Amino acid sequence: MRLPTWLAQHLAALRALLVFTVLLGLAYPLAMVAVGRVPGLDGKADGSLVSVDGRTVGSSLIGQSFTDADGNPVPRYFQSRPSAAGDGYDPTSTSASNLGPEDIVDTNATNPDDSTQSLLTQVCSRSKAVGELDGVDGRRPYCTPDGVGAVLAVFHRDGLTGPVTRVVSVNQTAPAAPFVSSYQGVPVEPAQPGHDYRAEGGLITPIRGDAPAIPAVPADAVTASASGLDPHISPAYAAIQVNRVARERGADPAAIRRLVSEHTTGRALGFMGAPAVNVLELNLALDQEFPAR
Amino acid sequence: MTVTTAGVLFILSLVAALVAVHKPFGDYMYRVVSGTGHSRVERGIYRLVGVNPAAEQTWGVYARSLLAFSAVSVLFLYAFMRLQNHLWLSLGFDPVMTHGAWNTAVSFVTNTNWQWYSGESTMGHLVQMAGLAVQNFLSAAVGIAVAVALVRGFARSRTGELGNFWVDLTRITLRILLPICVLAAIVLMIGGAVQNLSGGTDVSTLTGGGQHLTGGPVASQEAIKDLGTNGGGFYNVNSAHPFENPTSWTNWLEIFLLLMIPFSLPRVFGRMVGQNRQGYAIAAVMAILALASITLTNVFELAGNGTVPQAVGAALEGKDVRFDVSNSATFAAATTLTSTGAVNSFHDSYTALGGGMLLVNMMLGEVAPGGVGAGLYGLLILAVITVFVAGLMVGRTPEYLGKKISSREIKLASLYFLITPALVLAGTAAAFATGNNSTALNVGPHGLSEVLYAFTSASNNNGSAFAGITVNTPWWNTALGLCMLLGRFLPIVFALALAGSLARQKPTPASEGTLPTHRPLFVGMVVGVTVVLVALTFLPALALGPLAEGL
Repeated sequence: MRLPTWLAQHLAALRALLVFTVLLGLAYPLAMVAVGRVPGLDGKADGSLVSVDGRTVGSSLIGQSFTDADGNPVPRYFQSRPSAAGDGYDPTSTSASNLGPEDIVDTNATNPDDSTQSLLTQVCSRSKAVGELDGVDGRRPYCTPDGVGAVLAVFHRDGLTGPVTRVVSVNQTAPAAPFVSSYQGVPVEPAQPGHDYRAEGGLITPIRGDAPAIPAVPADAVTASASGLDPHISPAYAAIQVNRVARERGADPAAIRRLVSEHTTGRALGFMGAPAVNVLELNLALDQEFPAR
Repeated sequence: MTVTTAGVLFILSLVAALVAVHKPFGDYMYRVVSGTGHSRVERGIYRLVGVNPAAEQTWGVYARSLLAFSAVSVLFLYAFMRLQNHLWLSLGFDPVMTHGAWNTAVSFVTNTNWQWYSGESTMGHLVQMAGLAVQNFLSAAVGIAVAVALVRGFARSRTGELGNFWVDLTRITLRILLPICVLAAIVLMIGGAVQNLSGGTDVSTLTGGGQHLTGGPVASQEAIKDLGTNGGGFYNVNSAHPFENPTSWTNWLEIFLLLMIPFSLPRVFGRMVGQNRQGYAIAAVMAILALASITLTNVFELAGNGTVPQAVGAALEGKDVRFDVSNSATFAAATTLTSTGAVNSFHDSYTALGGGMLLVNMMLGEVAPGGVGAGLYGLLILAVITVFVAGLMVGRTPEYLGKKISSREIKLASLYFLITPALVLAGTAAAFATGNNSTALNVGPHGLSEVLYAFTSASNNNGSAFAGITVNTPWWNTALGLCMLLGRFLPIVFALALAGSLARQKPTPASEGTLPTHRPLFVGMVVGVTVVLVALTFLPALALGPLAEGL
């Protein structure tokens, strides 16, 4: 019996798919799993797990939160970057924030649970918190002293033009005091919950302020990573944490600094990537050499 | 070493490596696609499939074989995901719901690898390695096969025969993709990529919290994900995940892998048409566009304009420290230029113009250098259009490689070119008309960019995203699935039809009136035509999105 051509073609296709599934979908990956059992490679193929006293405490490739049960930083440890993976550094729910460069207006609902912070406010509040924790200047451009985005909604008489009639600091909810008292001669009001000042016709205007152009708190300390699992921080972020960690552990800051540099990797071949400090490995070394009192 | 110097060296080292492999690897691929000897394994496969490897196919049969194969693949993958809870290594995950399974099946068969799901919480290991990763190989081989068939159309004359789809598929898979993947997977493992069948490890962290470290056959999938310009990550965060892309040098390797085949295929083209200089001209067009785009993306990201990047002091949101800004930007440009769609940083948080550049890269039609195969056939069709435009401008006979570009050829080329813009713009308009744009995470111009990016990515078979947008809804999964399907197979059918029509012609000897297609003038014209076509088509949409946000 001869099959019609269209059917024969699909049968050939199905047979081809099955053959390739066995070859590429089973033989190839399983052979690679077998290669991954080779001594020396097996640790890596299994996820570069690190153990302390026989207890697995993580992977040297995957970052962790060094926070207590309430999410507050544990001061005797170097802190990782902010993370958007689940509640932070959750490998079962990896993610970035995906917020855009002009995400600068918080939603300010009547029910505080429905409010969300803009990316700018997240950056500002992290900068303030890190500054306080590590005793450095937490100010940044476009941030208010109370750690939210310094953004005004400016209302003009004729929409986009004409004299300014009203100005609202959109990310500061009453009773907070606006970061500037007046703008172009008009007094600035704090925001009221439940208002969308952009939709009401306000021109969204971020205010640069007089913070230093290069803030004391480094960029990686205030931004969420791509993976949400970034195992590294920049040497600059490690540097501002040294004094706090030394104090907490009763150690000499110079000794801590030495430990940081031992766990800092430079650029691969001198030009790939960026210098980085592996936070988990650094903290493990700290516990080893300078156990907390 | 300054950040800029390091970033420039990173790009130059990639260029040097690509130049170094272009000739030997191109020659190797040429021998693979034009050889007639079959290995024992290959003969076994032909016997199992039931095809005669010596039988050549007309363009129609070639296209029908390809479409049948792809249709069966979509159905198989769909069933696989729907039934995953009954299979091994499912990690306890539920079956994938209908619209999601449709979207993902189409996504992987079309070499798009758009992902609405998080790999680590949706797909079991068996579906990933024996379902999705198999299509990573096969969809890449299909793309290269179509490019080879089109080039045969230029190289042959007075024949209807374009080769045999099954032979091309088998040889490309076994002789090009698989050996490189074996090597790359091992090197990635040395870098730290995981490769196991574990369901993961629960650990108690230093401060007493819990962490579930995921496992999986990642390195094997990562290799073909990059080499085949597929881009579908094992995990949600794709090549940003340290288990997929552990170090700055694996990052270099992954970028190299995704550019390696597309930049070497012009050599295959040159060899097949018997004039290497024609291949160099095509490679030059790709290189000019790619270098311009990579440079601009780096400039925009390192400048870090925009309110949040200015407040931060760098465009570091959505980027990992080990890649930093520059190497992230280079990866992003390479992945959008090649229709890969893997990401090592999150494009949604890029500066307005940096993110806009990534959109433009895809809108170029994925030709600089484009996806494996798709880039070459896309660019050859643009060359055909250029020859036609040049003929109109200076009164030359429209000919390319000794083939007359008559009305049938130019109709096919125009239809090819019109499909993706139509899908992108109609899709974006439909999302807004039906209110489905409301699933965007960001508001204002950036919200429009998210929608535009989604349709651009799906229709051009890229697969990257402005990932803030929620696309796991029946409407989005269905609409983007259709865009991926039509955006892949309609152009393929037109390309094969063009190949058939070119192969039937007898060669026209070059005359005084023939425009030389290997000179810098022609290279410049193809670049110009490509950019002008994109600008004319997409400028209004770009003006409402990234340009409104960034200027």
